Amino acid sequence: MTDKSLQLTGKSLQRNQINIKSLKEKFIKGLIYFSVFLTFGIVLWILVHIVFNGFVKANKMNILSGDESILPILMNTFYIVVLAVFISTPIGIWTAIYLNEYAGKSKLVHLIRFAIQSLAGIPSIIFGLFGMIVFVVGLNLNWSILSGALTLSIMILPIIIKTTEEALKTVPLSIREGSLALGASKLRTIKGVVIPSALPGIIISIILSIGRIVGETAAVYLTAGMVPRLAGSPLESGRTLSVHLYILAKEGVSFESAYFTATILVIFILFVNMISNKLAKKYNKKLKGN
Amino acid sequence: MTKSNWQEKLNEKLFLISALISIILVFSITLFIFIKGVPAIKEIGLKSFILGAKWKPGNGQYGILPMILGSIYVTIGACIIGVPIGVFTAIYLSEMANKKVVDFLRKVVELLAGIPSVVFGFFGLVTIVPIIDKIFGGGGNSLLASSIILGIMILPTIISISEASMRSVPKEYKEGALALGSTHLDSIFKVILPSASSGIFASIVLALGRAIGETMAIILVSGNTPLIPHSAFDRVRTLTSNIAIEMGYAYGLHQESLFATGVILFVFIMLINGVFIAFSRKVGEANDR
Repeated sequence: MTDKSLQLTGKSLQRNQINIKSLKEKFIKGLIYFSVFLTFGIVLWILVHIVFNGFVKANKMNILSGDESILPILMNTFYIVVLAVFISTPIGIWTAIYLNEYAGKSKLVHLIRFAIQSLAGIPSIIFGLFGMIVFVVGLNLNWSILSGALTLSIMILPIIIKTTEEALKTVPLSIREGSLALGASKLRTIKGVVIPSALPGIIISIILSIGRIVGETAAVYLTAGMVPRLAGSPLESGRTLSVHLYILAKEGVSFESAYFTATILVIFILFVNMISNKLAKKYNKKLKGN
Repeated sequence: MTKSNWQEKLNEKLFLISALISIILVFSITLFIFIKGVPAIKEIGLKSFILGAKWKPGNGQYGILPMILGSIYVTIGACIIGVPIGVFTAIYLSEMANKKVVDFLRKVVELLAGIPSVVFGFFGLVTIVPIIDKIFGGGGNSLLASSIILGIMILPTIISISEASMRSVPKEYKEGALALGSTHLDSIFKVILPSASSGIFASIVLALGRAIGETMAIILVSGNTPLIPHSAFDRVRTLTSNIAIEMGYAYGLHQESLFATGVILFVFIMLINGVFIAFSRKVGEANDR
């Protein structure tokens, strides 16, 4: 009798344990799904909220051509992008070539990699301070498109180096060996074979850095200034889209314009992501085909 | 032949010089920030600069303790919000979702990573701040609002690095656990998570660096009062915002004290990056083995 009841209580205890366990599992699973839902929901919320208010509600004519015209600011942004990419791309690509094609495992190479990693980790406001000290005041370039572009070109350097190096790494050794076996020098192999096969990756690195430049605020704010007019030359001050959005939001002057500017920024980033994804896909296919 | 040889050499030098530019840049950034900031720290006094609780440049009071604490609180708040959501999402991506869902969600996370910080700030200003104001009062510009926005901003860093480190755990570990009769979730929490813990930790450290360095998004939602916050609903000013807000009109010692704020921020970042680089190297070595 007592044995049996003990057995029974034992069984029900076990059952209870299993119940508690499966309840716990359900709870944790619920937490996981809830987190995924939050991540996805937040992105959707940001996109829908901004694009809806900026595109559907805002008075676009006024913002495009009226008093609050955004066109000069778009042009400033374009200038800064072109200048910064122009300065940074060659240095970045050459660095990547050095690291992937020439460098061994010396202490110096270690130091170079450490420096690139550190550059990537420095916050934009520090770059802004540096740009202010060196370009704005030191070189007497004042608050200008050029000061901004120089500062930004330092910030995008790690992106260009890293992405280009990844692209160079994917070029198969056999292609290089083929070219060398045909009597081409190392430099000719790099120029004629390696870089052309890594070109899509290099283009991705430029696209990504353009995205970074357009989205950057703190560093540009401290170096390019915030004059809301078209900069007549690289030595004049002019605000970019992100700085424009910051000032509109901070001063609370026109939320309509702010929404519209934010919409342009978000759509631009969507575009950047789409293009770089498409390119990466095509590139991977091509590599597999080879 | 000699001409092309000469060209080879010249180009190699060119590549090397380009590579050296990164070293020169890091070195000169550090140098200039310190040269510009240290004199002010000397003049104010290190102790009264970093432990002073009053920031009133007009009165000659330059204490940045409120900003140091502000930065630390906001960063901790961001981690409390961002780390669990990020790690759970990473678990889903690496262990539970099918390939199509993973591809889609990865794109969503990539998009989140690409959104400019000022857009996050603006979004916070027009949505999160009013919500906090409605529920708790006090205007909404607060430590809480900053933590929420930053928590969202660090999600991509945590998700992508944690996911990658969970994926790099050998399949046999999980299969072994399952074969021994453990449930799917048990195999995740008792086998995969511990094996991936160093990668997850690295993602959190990297996220810390992002959070403490963020500027524009914080300015728009934090209220920017240079006082030590006593609750999550108090206004708060971070080291970064202190620099960005006052740099436009500061001069003399006031301006120098902002560069000095940059020095303190820089020290924080260097500490965090040092931990991250040392750690990711260790993880890399462990993976090589």
